[in-house]
Amino acid sequence: MNLDKDQLLDAYRRMRTIRMFEERVHDEFATGEIPGFVHLYAGEEASAVGVIRHLRTDERDTVSSTHRGHGHCIAIGCDVKAMMKEIYGRQGGLCNGKGGSMHIADVSIGMLGANGIVGGGTSLSCGAALSAKVKKTGGVSVSFFGDGAFNQGMTLEAMNFARVLDLPVLFVLEDNGYAESTSSSWSIGGHNPVRRAASFGIPGEKVDGRDFFAVTAAAATAIRALRAGEGPRFLHVQCARYYGHFEGDAMTYRPAGEVRDERRYRDPLKLFRARVVQGDILPEDEMDATDQSVAQLIDEAVAEARKAPLPELATLTTDVYVSY
Amino acid sequence: MSVKTFREALNEALRHEMRRDANVILLGEDIAGGRGSGGQQDAWGGVLGATAGLYTEFGPERVIDTPISESAIMGAAAGAAVTGLRPVAELMFVTFFGVAGDALFNQMAKFRYMFGGKTKTPCVIRTLYGAGTGAAGQHSDCYYPVFTHMPGLKVAIPSSPYEAKGLLISAIRDDDPVIFFEHQAMFGDKGEVPDEEYAIPFGQARVAREGSDVSIVALGRMVQFAQAAAEALAPTGVDCEVIDPRTTSPLDVASILQSVRKTGRLVVVDEALPRCGMASDIAAIVSEHGFDALRAPVRRVTPSHNPVPFAPNLEQAHIPGTENIIEAVKSIVGRASHAH
Repeated sequence: MNLDKDQLLDAYRRMRTIRMFEERVHDEFATGEIPGFVHLYAGEEASAVGVIRHLRTDERDTVSSTHRGHGHCIAIGCDVKAMMKEIYGRQGGLCNGKGGSMHIADVSIGMLGANGIVGGGTSLSCGAALSAKVKKTGGVSVSFFGDGAFNQGMTLEAMNFARVLDLPVLFVLEDNGYAESTSSSWSIGGHNPVRRAASFGIPGEKVDGRDFFAVTAAAATAIRALRAGEGPRFLHVQCARYYGHFEGDAMTYRPAGEVRDERRYRDPLKLFRARVVQGDILPEDEMDATDQSVAQLIDEAVAEARKAPLPELATLTTDVYVSY
Repeated sequence: MSVKTFREALNEALRHEMRRDANVILLGEDIAGGRGSGGQQDAWGGVLGATAGLYTEFGPERVIDTPISESAIMGAAAGAAVTGLRPVAELMFVTFFGVAGDALFNQMAKFRYMFGGKTKTPCVIRTLYGAGTGAAGQHSDCYYPVFTHMPGLKVAIPSSPYEAKGLLISAIRDDDPVIFFEHQAMFGDKGEVPDEEYAIPFGQARVAREGSDVSIVALGRMVQFAQAAAEALAPTGVDCEVIDPRTTSPLDVASILQSVRKTGRLVVVDEALPRCGMASDIAAIVSEHGFDALRAPVRRVTPSHNPVPFAPNLEQAHIPGTENIIEAVKSIVGRASHAH
């Protein structure tokens, strides 16, 4: 598939935004200013951006996400400053400080939320796809879930459900190698996710999640099938996470040098840059300029989040119901 | 107005709302029935027939049979509701909430709050509950206190065919997720039900019988038992008021307190288990806010604290009955005729 220069630069900007956002959250979390706990997406950028760039963000297409949801939010176009305020638990946060990192959502653009429950998003995507089908909007749903969620009952039910009802759901297994600390090479029985999906009657393929071009080509094929009414599809995206399961995880379960080597030799952003520079498609200076503008955006996001007031105490019990 | 069964009342409510709003869809196991089989494609209409005939009128796009996948059904209902449909999904028996808990408690109930009030999740979960049919341990529970506990969910418990129709119409029109409890032993109960549509508002208790000596708050099927107890007590000079809260979330605390201020005595009749149940909750609320009005201890009439047994004599002993209510009332009225 051929992407034009604008499309490439847009994809690069989104991946760079995710990277800088996550690295900055990593740094700021260490200061103790960010409450709770956060799960960072750095290293997996090509998955979110490679898939989501095929979606229409006008509420017809939807995404359900995971604990590690910042990347999906940024890829679909959530307001980065409002996201940062949410992570800080401040007024002006995307969820008014009531959701936090694990529940960031913007349903108005089809982002059905990060999800604190492993596998919790898979059936939500079935429901969103059902809405699209009943209302004949032509919309499709993408459910991102991790290798841990691939062994949850909900995910398996959702896959069968989507197949039986012919729902336009793209199930994207983001296999970063570890469910918390447990290796996916141990926890996924049968060791062959594509075959597991096939056993549900869902065609799928394995794709290198460090390679934006591979992901976006595979997603294009899958989403075309969804839009053609062919029922659900599956992608097994193999990727690497650069940080722990959560911030503070010392990652003693990972082999020495694993993250260092991933960053050095297989980094999705480095691979992207090498590819487009080599092909003389995107000039380096344009990407450098993008890096600078993203860095400024993240600086502003953090500065504004730190300055933003805490939520009013009066909001503690609001928004439980539409009316009660 | 004509006499209809509880089952027919539910069916009418669904039909009215599906005709009125194309976004209302039904989702569940066997709600049409026979899907993919060699026989009839509209074979069942739900396990107790509440959705019979709706497939014929509204077709497979709006009356959607599913695999037996309670988690996926409840999750799909949540996802569909948050993206613009008004699904009415069946959790065939409320006991199965243990299978589907995440979608109910962690997803649909919390979306609005977690997302900062920026979304709504208008869905109805219809579910069978209650003992009395010999269904024993895994098909007879009364788990409405569990759902009442959960902020974000509303809980309706109709006590008659009339109530069933009006409350279900309200549930479907509500913009929040509603868990709608249908007592399986009441499906054949008959009562006057208007042919036209009508909505009974949530959070407004009904005075099923006016009285001056004792307030009896009863839920669901227990309302008819409470009324029978009240009628049996009347000739002895004890005048009971029977309050049917209709919904436990929201709960019409004001009407309960108003009645207790009038009578000075409270009996709560609840088919849910005694520990952490609605009877305990209502007793606590009245103790906290209406203590000065109480002239006697609050009495709770509940089942014994055990799973629902199978043998008919054990099951009957488990379920609160009219005699238990009469006994509870007598215990706090004392010499009834001289109470005032």
